[in-house]
Amino acid sequence: MFNELFSSEAWAEALPVIRGQFLLATWETLYVTVLSTFFAILIGLPLGIVLVAGDEKGIRPLPKWIIKTLNVIINILRSVPFLILMILVFPLTRVIVGTTVGTAATIVPLVIAAFPFIARLAETSLREVNPNSIEMAQSLGASPMQIIRKVMLPESVPLLISNATTAITTILGYTAMSGIIGGGGLGKIAINYGYYRYRYVIMFAAVILLVVLVQIFQSVGNKLAAASDKRLRS
Amino acid sequence: MIILDHVCKTFVGTDGQVEALKDVSLTVPDGDIYGIIGMSGAGKSTLVRTVNLLEKPTSGSVLVDGVDMTKLSPAELRKKRREITMIFQSFNLLMQKNCLKNVCFPLELAGMKSREAKAKALELLELVGLKDKASAYPAQLSGGQQQRVAIARALATEPKVLLCDEATSALDPGTTHSILELIRDINAKLGITVLIITHQMSVVESICRHVAILDQGSVAETGEVSEVFSNPQSRAARSLVFPEGDIDELFRELRENEHLIRVVFDGSQATSEPLIAHMAVEKGIEASIIYASMREIGGKTYGSVLLGINGGRTTVDEAIDYLTRKENVSAREVRPHVQ
Repeated sequence: MFNELFSSEAWAEALPVIRGQFLLATWETLYVTVLSTFFAILIGLPLGIVLVAGDEKGIRPLPKWIIKTLNVIINILRSVPFLILMILVFPLTRVIVGTTVGTAATIVPLVIAAFPFIARLAETSLREVNPNSIEMAQSLGASPMQIIRKVMLPESVPLLISNATTAITTILGYTAMSGIIGGGGLGKIAINYGYYRYRYVIMFAAVILLVVLVQIFQSVGNKLAAASDKRLRS
Repeated sequence: MIILDHVCKTFVGTDGQVEALKDVSLTVPDGDIYGIIGMSGAGKSTLVRTVNLLEKPTSGSVLVDGVDMTKLSPAELRKKRREITMIFQSFNLLMQKNCLKNVCFPLELAGMKSREAKAKALELLELVGLKDKASAYPAQLSGGQQQRVAIARALATEPKVLLCDEATSALDPGTTHSILELIRDINAKLGITVLIITHQMSVVESICRHVAILDQGSVAETGEVSEVFSNPQSRAARSLVFPEGDIDELFRELRENEHLIRVVFDGSQATSEPLIAHMAVEKGIEASIIYASMREIGGKTYGSVLLGINGGRTTVDEAIDYLTRKENVSAREVRPHVQ
């Protein structure tokens, strides 16, 4: 597998594909990742807020059964392997996107796989908010909604950003798997052109590109998190 | 006026119930600086939190200007809390917001327009002497400065009551002094009633007019600071006033026939006379000094001396009689506390 990397024939064979397909594939990977992360945050962040605020000792306790149900749903969704989940949600994908194949169709299973993960990340981030700050806000007459909007979320921004970075890199990894059910992107290239056709140069090139993308996301995320943290400005 | 009426608070934990407050009744007059002092675990923090109902009393009522706080709806309570603001031991500033935004925070909660809120916040930062730090973040400030910002924030909604929960406990003595000065100023200028929770005797001594001593969830003693400190009655008060030694321990160490007399004098006028020497010469009563201290209470210097006198009943009475006849001096026998 590796010795191919040093064969000029293999490279000659691979280069047209790399030139012709990689730009589009990278774009597909990026937009699927970003859109999926966006929708997953849209569902996961409010869910995380509900889990923290609605807790027994939270700022707006909810009936215990609601929190328990949410926890069970999140745990179930998080334990189903992504490949199986993609197949399980085919009917839902068909309802939302109209088809179960193609790049756009992979966004649905990606969001469903990622939002429980993001809900947990948001939950842990929000639990880190100093309870004294929350008490302070209560002492000044803040409502639960105001505490969420003006204390819990702003105070945990640095942690939310670094956890969102973790989420986006994880989702990027999932997009590669979605190549199996006809999703586009670098994953599809690696599997279809590389693995199935024994053109390992293409496979490795695609993987390296994915690694580079993860690196970029991670370092941008780290920088943003650090820049947003006003506790470090001393 | 703040009236706590038979307030009880019981916490139910995993290992049984904890009675944090047992039938606490207190009256804090308008415009007063009222101290609540007690050892850690005495229930001070719980007590101060019942005033703005951060802790809901298990029974009893909390009246602030005639309004029973325990009967308010959540929305009414939130509105009322703007009149009863609080500062904390750990300052509790929002770390991701600059000083100006921190002071704006309660105004935003109350729905004030951002521009008006900023103008008002700047005025308040000026009042606490930190106008130049408006755009600094809390992490860039010292503890004392952070507490000043917290005070500015607490004043933003023009409260009638300021609750101070161990507000100086995390500060060094010099900073503590300047924060207490600021609180005193605010009390004098704005007429805000201040309720101070502390375990530091010096805090109560330096700015409070009235004090309540809290001991294991109950009020052991209340009164004017000068009165309580010159003449502590309860065991809890005594151990606070005599922090150097357990008064009951002193009694165990007394020799037979030795009695304790506590002499309190107004330091500014009574210190010119060698009192104890005169007593020895004139009455032939020998006294040994067991404990002595000078304190400044409400701007006045008070001295207190614990004298050991060897002799019978008549000697003791004679000594007390001699001492109390002097101007600005009071003396009374201290007896072992009977529980």
